[in-house]
Amino acid sequence: MLPNSPVFPPVSSTLASKVDLLFFFTVGVSVLFSVLIVATIVAFLVKYRRRHAAETGQEIKGNTLILELAWSIIPLGLVMISFFWGAAVFFESSRPPADAWSFHVYGKQWMWKVEHPEGKREINEFHVPVNQAVKLTMTSEDVIHNFSVPAFRLKMDVLPGRYTTAWFKATKTGTYHIFCDQYCGVDHSKMVGKIHVLEPQDYQKWLVGGASAGGAVATGGELFVAKACNTCHRSDSSARAPILDGVFGKSVSLADGRTVLADESYVRESILSPASKIVQGYQPIMPTFKDQISEEEIVQLIRYIQDLKPAGAAAAPAAAAPAAGGKS
Amino acid sequence: MSAPASPAETGGTNYLNATHGIGSWLLTRDHKRIGILYLLGISVFFVLGGLMAVLIRAELATPQGDLFSSDVYNRLFTMHGILMIFFFLIPSIPAVLGNFLLPIMIGAKDLAFPRLNLAQLVPLHDRRGDDVRVAPDGRHRHRLDLLHSDVDELRPGQVIVTAVGIFVAGFSSILTGLNFIVTIHRMRAPGLTWFRLPLFVWAHYATSIIQILGTPVIAITILLVGAERLFHIGVFDPKYGGDPVLFQHLFWFYSHPAVYIMILPAMGVMSELVTAFSRKRVFGYHFIAFSSLFIAVIGFLVWGHHMFISGQSVVAGAIFSFLTMLVAIPSAVKVFNWTATLYKGSISLQTPMLYALGFIGVFLIGGLTGVMLGTLGINIYVHDTYFIVAHFHYVMVGSAIMGYLGGLHFWWPKITGRMYNEFWSKISAIVIFIGFNTTFFPQFILGYLGMPRRYHMYPAEFQTWNVLSSAGATILGFGYLMPVVYLLWSLKFGAKAPANPWGAKGLEWETSSPPPVLNFATPPVVTEEAYAYETSTPAKEVTVGV
Ligand code: HEC
Ligand SMILES: [Cu+2]
Ligand SMILES: [Cu+2]
Repeated sequence: MLPNSPVFPPVSSTLASKVDLLFFFTVGVSVLFSVLIVATIVAFLVKYRRRHAAETGQEIKGNTLILELAWSIIPLGLVMISFFWGAAVFFESSRPPADAWSFHVYGKQWMWKVEHPEGKREINEFHVPVNQAVKLTMTSEDVIHNFSVPAFRLKMDVLPGRYTTAWFKATKTGTYHIFCDQYCGVDHSKMVGKIHVLEPQDYQKWLVGGASAGGAVATGGELFVAKACNTCHRSDSSARAPILDGVFGKSVSLADGRTVLADESYVRESILSPASKIVQGYQPIMPTFKDQISEEEIVQLIRYIQDLKPAGAAAAPAAAAPAAGGKS
Repeated sequence: MSAPASPAETGGTNYLNATHGIGSWLLTRDHKRIGILYLLGISVFFVLGGLMAVLIRAELATPQGDLFSSDVYNRLFTMHGILMIFFFLIPSIPAVLGNFLLPIMIGAKDLAFPRLNLAQLVPLHDRRGDDVRVAPDGRHRHRLDLLHSDVDELRPGQVIVTAVGIFVAGFSSILTGLNFIVTIHRMRAPGLTWFRLPLFVWAHYATSIIQILGTPVIAITILLVGAERLFHIGVFDPKYGGDPVLFQHLFWFYSHPAVYIMILPAMGVMSELVTAFSRKRVFGYHFIAFSSLFIAVIGFLVWGHHMFISGQSVVAGAIFSFLTMLVAIPSAVKVFNWTATLYKGSISLQTPMLYALGFIGVFLIGGLTGVMLGTLGINIYVHDTYFIVAHFHYVMVGSAIMGYLGGLHFWWPKITGRMYNEFWSKISAIVIFIGFNTTFFPQFILGYLGMPRRYHMYPAEFQTWNVLSSAGATILGFGYLMPVVYLLWSLKFGAKAPANPWGAKGLEWETSSPPPVLNFATPPVVTEEAYAYETSTPAKEVTVGV
């Protein structure tokens, strides 16, 4: 198999194998059907090819009604199997089991926010225990989004102004993609995240151990991507948010006319209460990261921003494609 | 051409050379000339939309967004969709071939309302101007299945321009439908009873019903969007207390039937091609004719299958899934009947027939994946992924364009009076078939892997399939360019076409190529059923073994 191209998605939830089985059934019937028709056509093309220019077809006499009924009723029966089977899978996927843990998901242009039952919050990362039913109650803070985890065959629209629910029970530990599947504006394709399925004891460790217990986050650069700072702050465009490259140590003009020096405390304040000092020419759209980020992480971010050289001099991690996830 | 050419007087005046000058074309009331004007118009938009597709596939060859910014990429796929659907696919067969052929096929001199026919062309061109102007900067997006009336911000001025444009265009669509229906009812030649009509005419009758019933809904929706943007009445936008899901309902109530506006006429062409190139009476005439009507009616009741996971109740989901399954049956019936038509035929693989066979191939895949999508348990996974993208391209690009090109090649000698190069036309039909499948089949795999649609950037592990798809698009692009070249070439250098180059049945083959201004030298009288091939030479009696 080509190293870079899976042919099948990971099968990592209880729902996944059920959807796959149904899918294989319909594919099987479809292939059978198509092969029959194509073979018949090819046979006719050969057998009844025109032999001389003035030839015409031969009239078919007899009762063709039975034939017409047969090829209406047999496909009808097959699609009905597909219908009932599909509806059964669908009903099951829409009824969370009673023992499911309840999580909240918020969609926002262009990030996912998750709240654990204990109140712990994450952005674009989602840690869950394996073999435990998880119920998601979801809403959007702006437009319609769609929360999708292919490895779980899980997908649900996330609507503004109301809740939708979905549930899953992960069956394999690992890291998998979260995608937004509903077109939601400019950075739709960056509204992606990672779901980490952990052993129950690891999940407990992660819960008490602070956000970095997930293991991956080590440096400010990774945090900058993990916390989705890069969806707004990019080194190639200042359309949504100021370019941070080279800003550290410079003076910044604010919307209210003041100027401030971009130092450690300014950056910290920008992260924790962005609304208190608005950069001139920008809308106050930056979300607060209060309660979602530890003091250590703030320091790491500051170090990272401090290191960013003015445009072109250093490569920012922004716009990095999401890394490969899951195993098949 | 090897086909038997019935002797015809091709000299003298015809609709092409009867009058001269730009004015005689732009103000023409001749349905044939109006068909040609549409042909020119939609060809330009097809090339534009195709260029955008090329840019999109170039961008998607790599996982990073390295050619365009996300904003430009989003506009590209939006414009690609709008141009291809509204300015190419919807008008393609009805406006070009339908306008040209429908009156001739029923032995009439013109459509029932020739002036109306010209009038509806004007707003269409007008509307095109609006869209091309508004879309790139105004994000005129709610027209397509982009389903996010809440995402973009139209400025009030643009709302008015757009709403008026769509409104007028909507009327044009309704009027076309009316014109066809009235023509079919009132202007058939003596002896041409309903069940002697060619199936092409039946398909257009069904399409016209959809246009008349569906278009007002989208017009009202657009009006509501306009009112909301102008007066901030909460209808769809959660900002004002509206419901974006309501927009989806109204949008799909029109847009699902609109899919049949694109595919039914192609099915009509298919019936003509399969009978002509197997020189045989169509199998199951009534079943094919009524399946079109059945599709037109049930097609209005399945819109909810676009919204299984949009927060609609599970019961509603189940009902829509059930109705979707029903609508699959008449399509299957058509395929079976075309296949059965080949039985004991005299089959010739000339270019239009190659397209017809290509149609069956891609329509099988497009239709069967449609059944999968209608299956709830699968839809909840592949919804809004590349699986959908692949599916609707198989139906709309694959099937509808195969039908259109097949029809264009079939009637080209009639329309222009010239034969095109047979070798190159066959090569191009094959190249298009290969290019199409190479482009879109990998997208089914991408979809099942979970790649979402409308993604500017994607995870690196999806790249191989995307590269394959982009490579296919290059082949497909060349395939589509070839007909442009040899068809234009034929206008000047092609052999003169006889009245009936294929030895086909149908009133259009009884008049000269190209036809005279009034279509027939003497008004025709119909004495036999459609596709009565077998009666023209004595045929042995055979019986089907059922
Ligand atoms: C939703 C988009 C968005 C996200 C996500 C975001 N920001 Fe911002 N950020 C902005 C905008 C807009 C401004 C300018 C307006 C303001 O000061 O609030 C800004 C300002 C800043 C500033 C001050 C910049 C200057 O030029 O003085 C810093 C520092 C900053 N952000 C850091 C971060 C960090 C670190 C993160 C991730 C933890 C982050 N931002 C995430 C939108 C965003
Ligand atoms: Cu989204
Ligand atoms: Cu999105």
